[in-house]
Amino acid sequence: MAEARNADNRPLSPHLQIYHVGIHMLMSILHRITGAALAVGTVLLAWWLWAAAGPEDYFDWVNGIAASWPGRLVLLGYTWALMHHLFGGLRHLIWDTGIGFELSTVRRLSWLTLACSILTTLLIWIAAYGVRGAP
Amino acid sequence: MGAKRLERVGARHFWHQRATAVALLVLVPLLLVPVVATVGSDQAGVRAVLGNPLVAAGFAVLIAAGVVHMRLGMQVIIEDYVHQPGPRRLLLAANTVFAVIIAFGSLAALLRLALGF
Repeated sequence: MAEARNADNRPLSPHLQIYHVGIHMLMSILHRITGAALAVGTVLLAWWLWAAAGPEDYFDWVNGIAASWPGRLVLLGYTWALMHHLFGGLRHLIWDTGIGFELSTVRRLSWLTLACSILTTLLIWIAAYGVRGAP
Repeated sequence: MGAKRLERVGARHFWHQRATAVALLVLVPLLLVPVVATVGSDQAGVRAVLGNPLVAAGFAVLIAAGVVHMRLGMQVIIEDYVHQPGPRRLLLAANTVFAVIIAFGSLAALLRLALGF
């Protein structure tokens, strides 16, 4: 849609589907998606703090939801989103200093972001299961 | 908004986003330790961890930096995808309201934990 204009009638850049899909593009999209997911997920952090401060039976109820399989799946996703956005953000801070823009470096940093996010998520969950003792 | 004002607002947005990013880069790994330590424990256990003044202060700063960071990030997403002025203004306002609710809700909980009521 070449004639597309935004509210201020400024020209728009070409739509996403024009570009060749690469790891850097995927990581860029994931950075935004995980960022938005984390924003929604702050509700969980606030809810946890609120439950800790509130009545004990309410805390136990919240704890039960968190420990259920769907709850664990959401928390696993939350952990990964947090780690992915953290390492993706670190990559952006490196770019902010004006270095690392060679295509080969960009590709390497993108793969590194993905690898680090998966690895740290696994380590956090291994630690959590270790603390908890039994599954 | 005039061009001069937009220049200032844009630069402020950039620096606030980066400053909170650096703060979160330090705070998130640090606070993951007490959070993971409370996995599976009862309320008394969680309260003991969150009752530590250092942990509580860390969470307070985490929440302050987090809500500023998330509000700026969501603002960019809204501005990128919502082009009609009405819905855009509505969503931007909702974004701010959401950030304020999360901030005050969390800080109120931390205060209750610290003061024990």
